[in-house]
Amino acid sequence: MKLTRALPLATLTAAVAAASQAQAQTEITVATVNNNDMVIMQSLTEEFEAAHPDIELDWVVLEENVLRQRMTTDIATQGGQFDVMTIGTYEVPIWAERGWLTPLDDLPEAYDVDDLLQTVRDGLSHGGTLHALPFYGESSMMFYRTDLFDEAGIEMPDQPSWEQVYDWAGQLHDPDNEVAGICLRGKPGWGENMAFVSTLVNTFGGRWFDMDWNPEIDSPAWQEAISFYVDLLGNYGPPGASSNGFNENQALFSSGKCAMWVDATSAAGRIYNPNESEVADRLGFAPAPVAETPKGSHWLWSWALAIPASSEKQEAAKTFIQWATSREYIELVGETEGWTSVPPGTRESTYANENYQQAAPFADFVLEAMRGADPTDSTLEPNPYVGVQNVGIPEFQSIGTQVGQTIASALTGDVTVEQALQSAQRATERTMQRAGYLD
Amino acid sequence: MTKTRAAGRTVGGLRTLSLQAPAVTLLLLWMIVPLAMTVWFSLQRYNLLMPEMTGFAGLENYRYLFTDPALWTAMGNTLLLVGAVLVITVVGGTLLAVLFQQEFPGRGVARVLAISPFFVMPTVSALVWKNMMMHPSNGVLSWVAESFGLPAVDWFSSLPLTSIIIIVAWQWLPFALLILLTAIQSLDEDQVEAARMDGAGPVAIFFFITLPHLKRAISVVIMIEMIFLLTIFAEIFVTTSGGPGLATTNLAYLIYIQALLDFDVGMASAGGVIAIILANIVAIFLVRMVAKNLES
Repeated sequence: MKLTRALPLATLTAAVAAASQAQAQTEITVATVNNNDMVIMQSLTEEFEAAHPDIELDWVVLEENVLRQRMTTDIATQGGQFDVMTIGTYEVPIWAERGWLTPLDDLPEAYDVDDLLQTVRDGLSHGGTLHALPFYGESSMMFYRTDLFDEAGIEMPDQPSWEQVYDWAGQLHDPDNEVAGICLRGKPGWGENMAFVSTLVNTFGGRWFDMDWNPEIDSPAWQEAISFYVDLLGNYGPPGASSNGFNENQALFSSGKCAMWVDATSAAGRIYNPNESEVADRLGFAPAPVAETPKGSHWLWSWALAIPASSEKQEAAKTFIQWATSREYIELVGETEGWTSVPPGTRESTYANENYQQAAPFADFVLEAMRGADPTDSTLEPNPYVGVQNVGIPEFQSIGTQVGQTIASALTGDVTVEQALQSAQRATERTMQRAGYLD
Repeated sequence: MTKTRAAGRTVGGLRTLSLQAPAVTLLLLWMIVPLAMTVWFSLQRYNLLMPEMTGFAGLENYRYLFTDPALWTAMGNTLLLVGAVLVITVVGGTLLAVLFQQEFPGRGVARVLAISPFFVMPTVSALVWKNMMMHPSNGVLSWVAESFGLPAVDWFSSLPLTSIIIIVAWQWLPFALLILLTAIQSLDEDQVEAARMDGAGPVAIFFFITLPHLKRAISVVIMIEMIFLLTIFAEIFVTTSGGPGLATTNLAYLIYIQALLDFDVGMASAGGVIAIILANIVAIFLVRMVAKNLES
């Protein structure tokens, strides 16, 4: 065939191919957590598919720990099973450094990157480039029952201290009426009890590692913080506290079984929602309590959507994550599900929105808490790591899980706090040696 | 026992060995490839989260594993769990088998009900026990305790391993009952009758006739249960996640922690090799014991 005739034919074939490709549907697999906000995202699938007829969504919704295992094994072995992954501020910088995530440096003007909260954006960046888009963000705060506080004649100061919390818990603890003085996380796991315990240790003046990466888990500050935690939760906590995580505590608190609860700000939307909470009209909130230092007393976390570098459907995946983290999505949820259900903690514009301001009395408070948490400076003495409630190194998953287990066994009284911290210290030293941080 | 030499016989001019060869080869591959890979990985520096740390590690994984206090706790828990469940199921199963052998109205239904726990999936039964039986505020057991004026027990925090043993024993007791009941049905009635005529009481009949008759069945129950109990995982995963501390971590759960929470493939493989060795030691002794019992 002569070239002159072949050329138009080739162009034609290319054009036909392009046209049929535009017609063909791209199916992307989205892996996400079974938290309420993500379940809402899944329920809005039709809205997305109607707006983007060429993309079809396939969901994999799992419990946090299981999801993390599946995603980590998939991305580390370059499996390419998922096109969109739901990961947190802990994973993003580590995975980005390994080149496992697609950098998001070409976001369109309309997405309005500058609207994202600065602390959240920093947490999801590596080398100054975003590697994931925030779906919702949270810090931690204290919730309490105003009716019980009024009855006991307690007034909540602007900034409660842990010492005061201990006193109040003692006054309000009423096991005969099934009301615990305080509910806190006790279920082991680096993302469960250790998220809370780390902030407690921070505010008691402790840290995970010194500047040479020597673990400091048996330091006096840790002893003091963990003894305090074990006493407080052991004396005035709900029964079975060592198996309560975020979800269990939320269920207890919203059914009126806790007088106080210190946990994620993202719970506020749900416990203020009268359809989901029996105590929605008797709620007060305050900043997370402090002890020695306000530094690191409240955490910073965000769940974000990222695209693994191994995905073959980059464009479609990008379209989806931009939609799910956009301003329009937040408005869509506000209108269809009610304004307390919108994903919080990601965009300044959410907090400027009048509808949200009206529905969520805690809005400004949460915004302040999120702005105030600094992962790069979270402890009284300097530390070599990034993170408030976690340490931004790959080994932390293992360390956090181990230490979490040990602290849970101190909570149930199997071992003394001192023994628990010593064995946690030894286990952490071993892990750090094995990973080559220590000789 | 007469010995036959399979390789020596011929069928239609073909040696039987050559006919067996494909099946045997497939079985060997089936077994040896995963085993060899496990051994190979256990000698590697291989952590999914640290792709830059690779290469031959020698026995480093084993060194870390053997100096890990968690390994010995896990071994102890594994043996304790297997031992306790075996005792409960064999003793309980024998007694129940004798009981269910008696004639009483509704025996068929009662037998089916007694056996049914075995058909509940491990994860489901663990969930039922966790949320409906042993829960400190919603559980049936706490309700029972409170109606007697006793404080509710927080089973999974104060008696973690005991709770797991109860759940697993509840699942496996029906299995023992099933096997032993079948065995007891083959007991010669005339023999029992004769013993009774000679003035033997029910206790004597149980110890001198029923129990010796059940000896083989009991050793089969012990062997089969032990193989499955060494790998108990779902019940622990659902209820206590190996905790609090290491109180309910068995060998299977320890390997799971290393492989899927720490993503340390090398360490987990080393743990797997240890588990294989342990299972083989147990199996060799058991197979000998059972074989001896069956021969006599």
